[in-house]
Amino acid sequence: MSVFSMPSLGADMEAGKLVEWLVAPGDRVSRGDVVAVVETQKGAIEIEIFEEGIVERLEADLGETLPVGAPLATIKGQGSGAVPPEEKAQPEGPKAVTAPDVPEPAETPVQEVAKSRAPETPADFGTARGGVPASSPAARVLAAERGVDLAGLSGSGPMGAILLRDVEDQTAVAPRAVPSPPAQKRGFDAQAMRVAIAAAMSRSKKEIPHYYLSQTFDLQTAVDWLARTNAGRAPDARLLMGALFVKACSTAAVAVPELNGQYDGSGYHRSESVNTGVAVALRGGGLIAPAIRRADELNLDETMAAMRDLVARARSGRLRSSEMTDGTITVSAMGETGADQLTAVIYPPQVAIVGFGAPVLRPWIVDGEFAARTVVTVTLSADHRVSDGRRGARFLAAIERALQNPEEL
Amino acid sequence: MKPEEIRLVFLEELTRVAPDIDAADVGADDDLMEDLEIDSMDFLNLVTALHKRLGIDVPEADYHSLATVALASKYLAARLS
Repeated sequence: MSVFSMPSLGADMEAGKLVEWLVAPGDRVSRGDVVAVVETQKGAIEIEIFEEGIVERLEADLGETLPVGAPLATIKGQGSGAVPPEEKAQPEGPKAVTAPDVPEPAETPVQEVAKSRAPETPADFGTARGGVPASSPAARVLAAERGVDLAGLSGSGPMGAILLRDVEDQTAVAPRAVPSPPAQKRGFDAQAMRVAIAAAMSRSKKEIPHYYLSQTFDLQTAVDWLARTNAGRAPDARLLMGALFVKACSTAAVAVPELNGQYDGSGYHRSESVNTGVAVALRGGGLIAPAIRRADELNLDETMAAMRDLVARARSGRLRSSEMTDGTITVSAMGETGADQLTAVIYPPQVAIVGFGAPVLRPWIVDGEFAARTVVTVTLSADHRVSDGRRGARFLAAIERALQNPEEL
Repeated sequence: MKPEEIRLVFLEELTRVAPDIDAADVGADDDLMEDLEIDSMDFLNLVTALHKRLGIDVPEADYHSLATVALASKYLAARLS
């Protein structure tokens, strides 16, 4: 028997709201099955299970907001020496704290909003240091915004950790009028996403010693190749330059393993496969970066198909949990118009992100002569704990090489 | 197909590709990319949808003719006639 619990779907997730069960007691599940839908600050995510067995009991009710690590279901394993439930049911450290049993019935609107903006969980608390108590990322962000000293607060979270509501309580001297939340599509709250992004990016900038390398190169060969290729194709088979960028990065990541992996409490783990995250901008505001798994093994058409699928599901709120957590490197592209250069912030626990500015027509020197060429500036942001500029430069050179030979991508 | 019908078909496919856009808010001369934040993926999906719906295959070289609702209506009408 084992406990299937609320997964962490990224550095910025603290809790999720269970909105749909796709299994019932008695159902057989196997690795990779989607068993539930959870609403997070990044929209609705389909939760996959990574074990085989039979659903014995559902431990959580629809509508419940549960912290990362809270039990969702009990799974009866298949014969093999099952782990005693006691051991599995008690995750280590702060994650052992269980979710509140009953939602508090009479909350003020202020608390309501605070909750929906940034759910609180014991996961991912900054540790107490130099007299500053442990606190959740959302609490730290708000405290910084409002100029509150965390050391002066008493936390209501596990082991006295300071939660968002503690900061809210401290600063909400007079209850402000809270506007009713604007109509929005299910599972997406632009303000909640902003808080999540702020927390993840603050953590990234605090913990990851970033270094940056930029290179501008001639993209005309790829532009011409793409135009010729698409001219012979019906719209549904056409490629976008973004697919070439993603494919080129996935190829380059194989050559420089110091940029392809994840960094956790026990250090850096390079990844055998390249799972390339694709930053997708949402028109309501916000950004989400689900990963294309084994992107290095896909050809260009498959890469394009994967991106179409990913973008569509990112916008409709149907991404899968593994897509949110498996990324080993991320690509962020400005698109066809916009700024020339994009210097991105690494998405933890990854150690590199590649920003493509918008391709622009510029005077360029080709074979000693001036020529009008489309050029692109590519910027690598990488983690100094794992690599340095020399390796980073190799990576950029590999991207340039790949894009000079688009027919080989 | 009358010009007004073509305009409505275009708006319908546009708002299907970008459901968060309200057809009533789209001005005839709003630039799809600049004003409505349609990105290259959305645009390709729109071109794909028009191909399926109207049987018109808009080549990349003509993409600029779909930049606004007014331009697109004119272009599609010419292609249909």
